[in-house]
Amino acid sequence: MAIWIGKNTKVVVQGFTGREGTFHAKLCREYGTQVVAGVTPGKGGTTHEGIPVFDSVHDAAKATGCNASLIFVPPAFAADAVMEASDAGMGVIVCISEGIPVNDMFRVHAHLEKTGARMIGPNCPGIITPGECKMGIMPAAIFKPGPVGVISRSGTLTYEAVDQLTAVGLGQTTCVGIGGDPMPGTNFLDCLTAFNADPATEAIVMIGEIGGSAEEEAAEYIKKHVKKPVVSFIAGRTAPPGRRMGHAGAIISGGKGTAQEKVEALTAAGVHVAESPADIGKTMKAALK
Amino acid sequence: MKVHEYQAKELFASYGVTIPRGRMAKSVDEARAIATELGGTVVVKAQIHAGGRGKGGGVKIAKNADEAVAHAKAILGMTLITHQTGPEGRVVKTLLVEEGLPIEKEFYIGMVLDRSKKMPVLMVSPFGGMEIEEVAAKHPEALLKLPIEPLMGLQPYQARRVAQFLGLKGEPAKAAQKFAMALVKCYLETDASLAEINPLILTTDGRIIALDGKMNFDDNALDRHPKILAYRDLDEEAPLEVEASKFNLNYIKLDGTVGCMVNGAGLAMATMDIIKLHGAEPANFLDVGGGANLEAVTNAFKILLSDPSVKGVLVNIFGGIVRCDVIAQGVVGAARQVKLTVPVVVRLEGTNVEAGRKILAESGLPIIQAQGMTDAAKKIVAAVGGR
Repeated sequence: MAIWIGKNTKVVVQGFTGREGTFHAKLCREYGTQVVAGVTPGKGGTTHEGIPVFDSVHDAAKATGCNASLIFVPPAFAADAVMEASDAGMGVIVCISEGIPVNDMFRVHAHLEKTGARMIGPNCPGIITPGECKMGIMPAAIFKPGPVGVISRSGTLTYEAVDQLTAVGLGQTTCVGIGGDPMPGTNFLDCLTAFNADPATEAIVMIGEIGGSAEEEAAEYIKKHVKKPVVSFIAGRTAPPGRRMGHAGAIISGGKGTAQEKVEALTAAGVHVAESPADIGKTMKAALK
Repeated sequence: MKVHEYQAKELFASYGVTIPRGRMAKSVDEARAIATELGGTVVVKAQIHAGGRGKGGGVKIAKNADEAVAHAKAILGMTLITHQTGPEGRVVKTLLVEEGLPIEKEFYIGMVLDRSKKMPVLMVSPFGGMEIEEVAAKHPEALLKLPIEPLMGLQPYQARRVAQFLGLKGEPAKAAQKFAMALVKCYLETDASLAEINPLILTTDGRIIALDGKMNFDDNALDRHPKILAYRDLDEEAPLEVEASKFNLNYIKLDGTVGCMVNGAGLAMATMDIIKLHGAEPANFLDVGGGANLEAVTNAFKILLSDPSVKGVLVNIFGGIVRCDVIAQGVVGAARQVKLTVPVVVRLEGTNVEAGRKILAESGLPIIQAQGMTDAAKKIVAAVGGR
């Protein structure tokens, strides 16, 4: 068991014939992901890397039965690509693209609400169920199947955490990179709810950062509903207010969204908050004893 | 991206958001011309990207053009220090000269994104001139928050609530409704991330006017707003940050002594945090991008080393898809090009890490290698003379 993606996920890659799309689609396939189709408007009817290319996600779905989409489309066109996937009935849509304007995301959210599709990202490394399916750009070698669910707003910091987990002998059910944007398609709450209901997930790692109040909302939920151990790290204790720290969503504004507030809320909810980013694996090992 | 008050007001005006008569001035002569043209009382306002300008002496009222000239002379070129500029302050290079208005009442109106509701929210308060965070904390009943459906904009019934909440009746109420409709349209159509007017005023003759104006914009949407992009004022940004932005590097200058070079924003913040945890202060935030290629690393080194407060550099790269040996070659190549003048600690992790470490060790460069983030933090803190 895992959440959202697994052996039966059939993936279409949007932006397939571009450099990034080609490179990562190949790596996903090598990992064992069923990459069944690619979409590049205007290139329908051809094959690329031995995979059929279609003009639209609708065409790809009809011909291949794909049920999930992985998107590598430039940011100006990414919102449209997500809506196309949503309209074509893709249940899971992973958007790697960074730089989608907030105004475009309003339209995307309205669309997703109608179809019920789950979007992961944008501006994220993707999602992986180790040993079964990888939809994203993460380095496969650090992941191992096991009992820990991982949720993170960051890319490389997730790799750091997963590497530590694997090093202390703790594999992962599923790792979800929800991305660094202010209005992600999937948030901490969605992931916590799914991991809480997943019998294979025995514990959860949640990596947050400054900006917004998603960690505080997650703390509320954990306090009420989650009995599994949760370990967290919040990046940005030393971040100055009013500055955007790389991620579009990582900003302390109007005194709100500080690491301190988040750490306090999570600690009050019984979450084991690691003081150091180097202690995430160790903290989880101790929490599971 | 932030813009100046006069720029925000130009945008407001183009959407029918009412503003005082007036214009921007770059010189005393221009200020004199505008003040003469306006006649009567004028206000001379320093244009910098920071609040608290009035308290710092950057906003002056003049009864006539001669007084306006005197104020313009005093303010242009002054180093204005406010609670938002930091102790170094900002040099004033631009003024806004506008008509003085007879104020009956002051209000607040602003719009920001509510991330958890996934909607923008319009905020209104009869308490003008106060920081809105303070109003929210001390007088929550005096703050109206209206979530705005972004695909529909402000509806007339909501605009009527705004006017009602501010206690307005008759013509001023109608003016406030029009004002709110125009402001929301301006916010949505310009891809703003913040629009704030504090104070919004009711004049003694019943007009509703934006006495101040502040707007921030979604950086990801600037490509579709060339006019707004042209408002960017490089004088308002730290020189090294401007330099870094030319190379598409995410760099933010901080006050410490440990320069950091990291791939990925989250890991970069975590690296700053662990430096502090082990007793030193980070000199910057710097994300060289997931790939951390030779060009990016070289440019990053140049920027870090040109900051005189940097006493040592910590390079923390978690190689994802990109192999560590490739990254190590990049680090070595960059270090040779820039001539290292301070100790450099490198922590590499990921695919082919052994090959990467070998390249660093055999480079002949004074690079201190570290295993894991804790080791890296301890080594760099020791190298810069921390604890």
